[in-house]
Amino acid sequence: MLDDTDRRILRHYQAEPDIAASDLAERAGVTPSTLTRRLERLRDKGILRGLCGVINWQALGWEVEVSLRVTLDKTQPRAFDEFIAAAREVSEVMEIQTFLGQTDVRLAVIARDMAHYQQLYRKRLLTLPHINDIEALMHVARVKDTEALPL
Amino acid sequence: MISLDDTDRALIRALAEDATQTAGALGRALGLSQPACWRRIKRLREANVFRESRLDVDTEALGFGVTVFLGVKLATKGRVSLEDFERAVSAIPEVQIVEHVLGLFDYRLRVVARDIPDFERVLRRRIMTLPGVGNLEANVLLSEERRAGPLDLI
Repeated sequence: MLDDTDRRILRHYQAEPDIAASDLAERAGVTPSTLTRRLERLRDKGILRGLCGVINWQALGWEVEVSLRVTLDKTQPRAFDEFIAAAREVSEVMEIQTFLGQTDVRLAVIARDMAHYQQLYRKRLLTLPHINDIEALMHVARVKDTEALPL
Repeated sequence: MISLDDTDRALIRALAEDATQTAGALGRALGLSQPACWRRIKRLREANVFRESRLDVDTEALGFGVTVFLGVKLATKGRVSLEDFERAVSAIPEVQIVEHVLGLFDYRLRVVARDIPDFERVLRRRIMTLPGVGNLEANVLLSEERRAGPLDLI
């Protein structure tokens, strides 16, 4: 379905998502019109869904980032649905993932500072429904962060 | 720190959804002239409100059907430097995210693989052979949703 040219384009595009189209064409070794045509086809096929801006919350004064690993009370048949629906109501929740494994759900949460996090944790997060156990990983540093696939 | 008004917040929200929108199109949607909108976007970018954009692709259609979150505990802290571990783990192409964390684990990794056997290969040959690696916990991603974040609170 994808040929080497598509893969080459995606590889360079992923490595530098904010690159200008002309530079991307040059790096991928195709003409600008080929690039436009290829990208259009990838979009039509639903492979390329778009380019999302990533907010730098730290620049906006949100210094604390926590990964909350939650296990749910699975005797409650609606535990997942109700927990996730309630977590969506907390705007400090940035990501919600469900897993097969020891952890059922992970929430990525941000807060302005530790005092704000403490308040958020006690009042909004610990009160989410059907929690069996909850464990926090406090973010110290981002060593690598890329959504790039090894194409 | 940068101060924001409602128009800035609407711009941030719109660009977070689609970073390819032009100042002209965004201005029309928000009732701003193209130059006024462009100036606002420039001000936001200069204040580093945005990090590098994220290319949203269908990972499954591209052949990567498995995503695993790994918690890694280092076994031999002190003997192996964190820098050595970080350099080695960051060099693995299948590892997308490496975060240094405090808590039950020392590092949180996001790993992609084509399928479960491929993940096993990455785990055994690349991750379990990393310098200083100790306990590992793997959780296979079933679903994921990204939220807009606390834009109502900034």
